Amino acid sequence: MPTANLKVWRGDDSGDYQNYQVEYGHGEVVLDVIHKLQATQAGDLAVRWNCKAGKCGSCSAEINGHPRLQCMTRMEIFEEGEEIVIAPLKTYKLIRDLVTDVSVNFEKAKTIPFVDLEKPAPGDVRRMAQMDIDRVQEFHKCIECFICMDVCHVIRDHPDNMDKFVGPRYFVQLAMVAMHPLDQHPKREMVAYGFGLEYCNITKCCTEVCPEGIHITDNAIIPLKERRVDELYDPLRMIGRALFGKK
Amino acid sequence: MVADAMSALQRRYGKTHRKDRWWVEPLLSGGGLAAFLLYSTVAVVVGPNWSYEVGPYLSPMFEPLIRPDWLPRWFSPGFLILWAPAGFRTTCYYYRRTYYRSYFLSPPACAVAEPAATYSGESKFPLILQNVHRYFMYVALVFNVLLWVGAVKSYWMPGEGLGIGVGSIVMTLNAFFLMMYSLGCHSLRHWVAGGLNSFSRTPIRRLRRKAWEIFTIANEKHRMWAWTSMIFVGLTDLYIRLVANGVITDIHTWKSF
Repeated sequence: MPTANLKVWRGDDSGDYQNYQVEYGHGEVVLDVIHKLQATQAGDLAVRWNCKAGKCGSCSAEINGHPRLQCMTRMEIFEEGEEIVIAPLKTYKLIRDLVTDVSVNFEKAKTIPFVDLEKPAPGDVRRMAQMDIDRVQEFHKCIECFICMDVCHVIRDHPDNMDKFVGPRYFVQLAMVAMHPLDQHPKREMVAYGFGLEYCNITKCCTEVCPEGIHITDNAIIPLKERRVDELYDPLRMIGRALFGKK
Repeated sequence: MVADAMSALQRRYGKTHRKDRWWVEPLLSGGGLAAFLLYSTVAVVVGPNWSYEVGPYLSPMFEPLIRPDWLPRWFSPGFLILWAPAGFRTTCYYYRRTYYRSYFLSPPACAVAEPAATYSGESKFPLILQNVHRYFMYVALVFNVLLWVGAVKSYWMPGEGLGIGVGSIVMTLNAFFLMMYSLGCHSLRHWVAGGLNSFSRTPIRRLRRKAWEIFTIANEKHRMWAWTSMIFVGLTDLYIRLVANGVITDIHTWKSF
C-alpha cells in the first residue's frame, strides 16, 4: 500500500505542523487518511466531518493551499510520497487542529431578507413555472461548506471587511431571494444599497472552488451588481424615470 | 462582529501553500493585455503616417472613419473611435477579473495572499466608475452594427462592384468575433431579461427569456470570445496595414488596388 506523507496543523494559533506517514488504499480520499491518522497515531486530532459524501459541507480544509472538501479529494491526485499539507480554513478563527469557528456565517445569514410570498387566488395554490425557477434552483445546491467564503480575498486578506461584506455564500442566498418569481416585495432597493456588493471585485475564486459547481460570480454576484446598476446608474432608466416617473 | 476572524495562524502561514504554478495565468493574461494595449496605442498613434485603409478595407481601429477636413493631419482619427471599445473592455467583468489579478495582485491567484494592506474594492473612486459598464455596453452595440456595415462594405469595391478578398473574410470574422464577445456581455445578458423575476407571465417575457438563454451560451464562453475578439482586432488591423503599405498582397477578385 502507498504511504501518504502528511503535514497536518496541530493545536491552536500557537500550534505548528506535525509530520505523519499514513498508509492508504485504492480509491481513498483525504478524509479517509485523516481518519486512519486519528485511529492509529493522533487520537486527539480534531476534525469536523459528517456525511463523507460531499453533501454536508463539514470537512472543509485547505489541502496543499487549495480550499476544498476532504471527503471529495481523492488521494490519487497526489504523487506517491508527495508532501500533503492539510490546514484549517484560514479565514476563520481557529478552534483546534482542523476545526474552525464558522459561526460568523450564521450572523451573516440573519442579515439576508426573506421572500414575501404572494397570496394565491382564492381556492388556488401558489404556482411557479419551471422556467421561472430554473435559475434559482442552481442556488439551492449550496451545501454551506463555506469554502467560497474562505477563499474570498475580501475577508481572507482583509478581516476588517467582515462586518461590511456578506460574502459569496450569502450573495447566493440573496440572489435566491432577489430573483424569486413570487416575491411580492422585490428586494431591488435593498440590493442597490446593502450587503457590501461593491467590495467584490469579481476575481471568481468563489466559483473556482465551489464543490457544487455553482456559478457564484456569473449567476449570483454579477446579476446582483447589475440590479444595482439598474437602480442607480443605468442612463436609459434614469431618462425613463425622469420622463415617466416610473420606479 | 469579528475583527479577529483571521487568526494569527494565517499570518504565520505566509503567502500560500499552493504548489501548482499559480503565477502562470496572471503572468500570461497580464502580458497578453499589455501587448495588445501597446499594439493598439501604437497603431492609433501612428495612424496618419502608416496607411490604415486600402480599397474596400478599413482597419477596425478606425471604423467608422471620422476624418473631417478641420482635423489636424497629426491627429489620428482612431482617437475618436478607440475610447468606446477601450471603455467597454476596461469595465468588462472578465477583463476586470484579469487585470485585478495580474496588475493589482488583488489577489494574484485564489488563496494566495495579496500584498495590499487595505482594500475597498469598487466602493470608492476611481473603481466605483466600473459601474459605467452599462453605458459602454449601449455604445458597444452601436459599434457592432458599424463593424458589420464595414464588413459588408468590404465586399464592394467602388468603381468595380461586388467581389471578395482575403481582407473581406478577415473583416467579417472580426465583426463576428466582436459580436460574440458583445452578446456574451454580462450587462447585456442582464438587460435583456436577467433583471426579470418571472419569465413566464407574458409572451414578451417568454421571448426575452429565449434571448437570455442564447446570450447565456455566449456568456459561458465570455473569456474565450474576449481573447479571440481582442487578438483578431489586432490581426485585422495588422493585415490591412500590411496590404495598404504594400508589404503583402491581398488575394481578391477585383482588378484594381
